[in-house]
Amino acid sequence: MVKQKYSGLIVSLSAVLAGLIVGGIIMLVFGYSPLQNYGNLLNGAFGDIYSIGETLRNAAPLMLTGLGFSIASRAGFFNIGGSGQYLVGWFGSIIFALKFSFLPGWLLIIGALIAGSLLGGIWSWIAGFLRAYFGTSEVITTIMLNYIALYFVNFAVKQWFAAKGADASANILKKASLRVSWLTKLTDNSTFNMGFLIALIFIVIMWVYMTKTKSGFEINSVGLNPQASKYAGIDTKKTIMIAMLLSGVLAGLAGCIDGLGNYQNISVSNSLPNIGFDGMAVALLANEHPIGIVFASILFSALQIGGLSISVYSTTPPEIVDIVIASIIFFVGIRYLFERLIAPMLQKKGVKN
Amino acid sequence: MNKKAVVVLSAALFLIGGVLTGCGNSSSSKRNSHTAALVTDGGGIDDKSFNQSAWTGLKAWGKSHDLTKGVNGFNYAESSSNSDFTPNINKLIKANYKTIFGIGYNLDNAISDAAKDNSKVNFAIIDSVVKNRKNVASVTFKTEQSSFLAGVAAAETTKTNKVGFVGGVKSSLIKTFQAGFQQGVKAVNPKIKVDVKYAGSFTKADVGQSLATAMYNNGEDVIYHAAGGTGAGVFTAAKNASKSGNKVWVIGVDQDQKADGKYSGGNVTLASSVKEVGTAVEDLSNDAMKNKFPGGKTLSYDLKDDGVSLVNDNMSKSAWKIVQSYQKKIENGSIKVSAE
Repeated sequence: MVKQKYSGLIVSLSAVLAGLIVGGIIMLVFGYSPLQNYGNLLNGAFGDIYSIGETLRNAAPLMLTGLGFSIASRAGFFNIGGSGQYLVGWFGSIIFALKFSFLPGWLLIIGALIAGSLLGGIWSWIAGFLRAYFGTSEVITTIMLNYIALYFVNFAVKQWFAAKGADASANILKKASLRVSWLTKLTDNSTFNMGFLIALIFIVIMWVYMTKTKSGFEINSVGLNPQASKYAGIDTKKTIMIAMLLSGVLAGLAGCIDGLGNYQNISVSNSLPNIGFDGMAVALLANEHPIGIVFASILFSALQIGGLSISVYSTTPPEIVDIVIASIIFFVGIRYLFERLIAPMLQKKGVKN
Repeated sequence: MNKKAVVVLSAALFLIGGVLTGCGNSSSSKRNSHTAALVTDGGGIDDKSFNQSAWTGLKAWGKSHDLTKGVNGFNYAESSSNSDFTPNINKLIKANYKTIFGIGYNLDNAISDAAKDNSKVNFAIIDSVVKNRKNVASVTFKTEQSSFLAGVAAAETTKTNKVGFVGGVKSSLIKTFQAGFQQGVKAVNPKIKVDVKYAGSFTKADVGQSLATAMYNNGEDVIYHAAGGTGAGVFTAAKNASKSGNKVWVIGVDQDQKADGKYSGGNVTLASSVKEVGTAVEDLSNDAMKNKFPGGKTLSYDLKDDGVSLVNDNMSKSAWKIVQSYQKKIENGSIKVSAE
């Protein structure tokens, strides 16, 4: 069984390596230096305390959307609605922070976090409800809910919360922000904030929940075999809705910490935020394991933040990073190939030992 | 995965990290007298519109001073989402660029914050005004004036007495285009109908195409687009309509879009309402080089100083003459174009 446990990790690491190699080959083909670019990328992501702050700040919402996707996935559902849930979560938290600005800081933040994540939860619960009672494909409903979220939030921001002609709401008060001065100072004026700690706390909570509680066990078993679970006396409808609700709460929370920690306001979005989809990639790369998600999201975040440095220090177009990220996901997707390649190697080793 | 696996994974990550950091870049110590860089709004430096014309301006500035792209000369940083603005700006500050441009009103918060923390760096914001910062120059364009001329051109060209406007995101900025266009059409012939549509995005060519196709099918024969990348779809729709025998026109925006209107049977670009973001970027970079950076000031470019203009691509001679006469009237103040 040890072999099985490691194979997930090995597949993920091989996928990352293969993705980096493909990116390197493409750079070579077009006459750019892979070593220089990866060096710049790494420097841009971890080179100094400021960069580390930005990388971790950017990783936090990825962790939560990744975690959200993986919870639904454990129950056998493909929640593509992370982006929409993130958006309504962001919206909810900022609106709460603006409307209840008379509250003391800690209460305001907690209230905003609850408001946003609840809104995200409701958003995906709708899909869960439709799935549980009408068998509607959650893939379709979450995609549609994404668009409803996008256009609703855009409309609401423009209509009710933005100054005339502006595209964004007012900024939230300083006391509602997740940015705290000691963290900002510690990371040399980066946007690093309490959001990262919140994300880590939720990683632990969800890990305990999924492995140690009855409800978590039910989610897992419904995902493995809904018929058998029903026969065993599990209320599958309830479980489906709980899984989708939790999934949305986490994605909504990601929106909250980005809103309260990074943006400080809510603005009209041109298109759906990518973060919901990036979260799916993170969850896939991590094989849906909570601890794996922490590392996978830091890796993705490092690629994104470090990737911004590529064009600053060299003539290489920054799009190369998108190719690297896409190839990593591609290689995770064909994990079957790796498993076929790696399994025999492990077996040989096993014989030797 | 168990605990061991986690340890292995983290060890591997740090190992790779350590190895690669070793070969990180070391920026050369030889520094030119001045360096400048820009941060794009959503969409890259090849968006055939706003970002591209800014980048063209910066490149032209670099060329005229024998600078190359990179830390010793000029550069860009692309933002794929709004959360990239601040890290992009800070990366450029860290790379010691002396003048940093924020291309687009979306960046005004990020520029304002960065300017507060970095008083020695020059910042410029395009299409927005950042107040109370002595090291930020704000650049605005009187695009309602060039849009007025676009309206005149459309009104002089239309045969169906129906023209259209496709905007990107409905913001106060894009509304100046709409308002100018409507006033221009009305000045020529108040009976012409102006159909106004918004795509809700600057990056969705598919939405632009379906909007424009519907508008052309509805008999509108000239469409003015102020929609950035979404406008590419308007061009596609116009070319498709023209190929099937229904000759229609597009008025381009931000830069001369004549090349975008080319198709096998001719060209659909009637004119382009040019906004010289590039010139502004070039001017400001030169000012900064001479230590005359207009920090804290708001610069407004209009028809008179060629900051905005209407470029004739395929207009009839008579229409162009009328456009020019209106241009004179705006320049000498006998016609005032409202921005709303």
